[in-house]
Amino acid sequence: MDTFETLLLGFLGIVIVNNLVFTKFLGICPYLGVSGRIDMAFGMGCAVTFVVTLAGALTWLIDHLVLMPYGLDVLRYVCFILVIAGAVQLVEMYVRKFFPVLYDSFGIFLPLITTNCAILGMCLFINLWGIDNLPEAVVLSIGAGLGFTLAICIMAGIRENLELADVPPVLRGAPITLITAGLLTLAFMGFAGMIR
Amino acid sequence: MADNQTSLARAFLAGLWQENPVLRLILGMCPTLAVTTSVQAALTMGASVIFVLIGSNLVVSLMRNLLKPHLRILMFTLTIAAFVTIADLFLKAYQPAMSAKLGPYIPLIIVNCIIICRAEACASKNGLLVSLADAVGMGLGFTGALAVLALIRELLATGQIVFEFGRKVALVSLPDVPLFRMAGMAMPVGAFVTLGLMLGLVKMVTSRQS
Repeated sequence: MDTFETLLLGFLGIVIVNNLVFTKFLGICPYLGVSGRIDMAFGMGCAVTFVVTLAGALTWLIDHLVLMPYGLDVLRYVCFILVIAGAVQLVEMYVRKFFPVLYDSFGIFLPLITTNCAILGMCLFINLWGIDNLPEAVVLSIGAGLGFTLAICIMAGIRENLELADVPPVLRGAPITLITAGLLTLAFMGFAGMIR
Repeated sequence: MADNQTSLARAFLAGLWQENPVLRLILGMCPTLAVTTSVQAALTMGASVIFVLIGSNLVVSLMRNLLKPHLRILMFTLTIAAFVTIADLFLKAYQPAMSAKLGPYIPLIIVNCIIICRAEACASKNGLLVSLADAVGMGLGFTGALAVLALIRELLATGQIVFEFGRKVALVSLPDVPLFRMAGMAMPVGAFVTLGLMLGLVKMVTSRQS
């Protein structure tokens, strides 16, 4: 029961309270780049959730079974990025072979995910926070992915309506998107301090 | 020779303003927003990025004829990861307080789009000298944009610019009025809105010029 409570609190914490996009500035590039339309944003969010779960579990295993026992901490970053790149490649191949329809809809996002900071950032945070059991690492990774999906979908919804608004010419495009994102973080700050 | 020098100068100058990574290309947003709560943190981040950029650009430029197209990105990432590890270990050894403050954002340089973009767009096509000039120019442009953003945010949030070398030294101190005590500037919202307004300003200046 106690562990279940920890897992649930950790999950809610990372989805809402410590959302990677709003509080840690991770995954900002796709958050600003691919949030033009809601269906694309959702596709990107799903792809990221899938890869971050896989990468979170794999890097935790490698970190605790290989790197830490043999004192190879120096190689951590090289290993992590290799695992992420490999996971993305595998997912891409698997989806292309078995779900061609799905591949056509979010195939273009998959290579981009390798350089999504939310994924590497989450793997590093799991190491930094000293998460020492696999279930917690997996739950936190899923939470991070869902939090990213939530953020990017909200943003896409706002931006679809923003196209109808009368924005001053100099602020059109990236500037107004950043300002909107800023106001959105202000809204999410209402949750700050609720958990941990 | 003259042609060579102009292309070197062009590669160097492009990064400073014409193709400034942060203000014009909108690349590398994560560190830009995350570490700009203090000027010192921004400068440390900028220095690390310059080091990694020079290292990766030189190595990529040296091995540009050996690269296979489908393994290209992987080789870039591994090269960058190696240099980031060096920078991270260096900071941990000589600047432990700053290293702890920057936390995961130093390792996150690996996935900073600027570096991989320069490797792909410049270093994998050009010789050593042009790649070096490009790396220094882009790095300085990045550091400059970060420093300006951090200056605005730190001044408006705390009213002073504090550097820490063993002990704290306040370089600038402004009077204690509400304008210089905006807590929001130190929070994420300050980063997003300030950068948004900065981009708007840059857009206004460039549209006036043309």
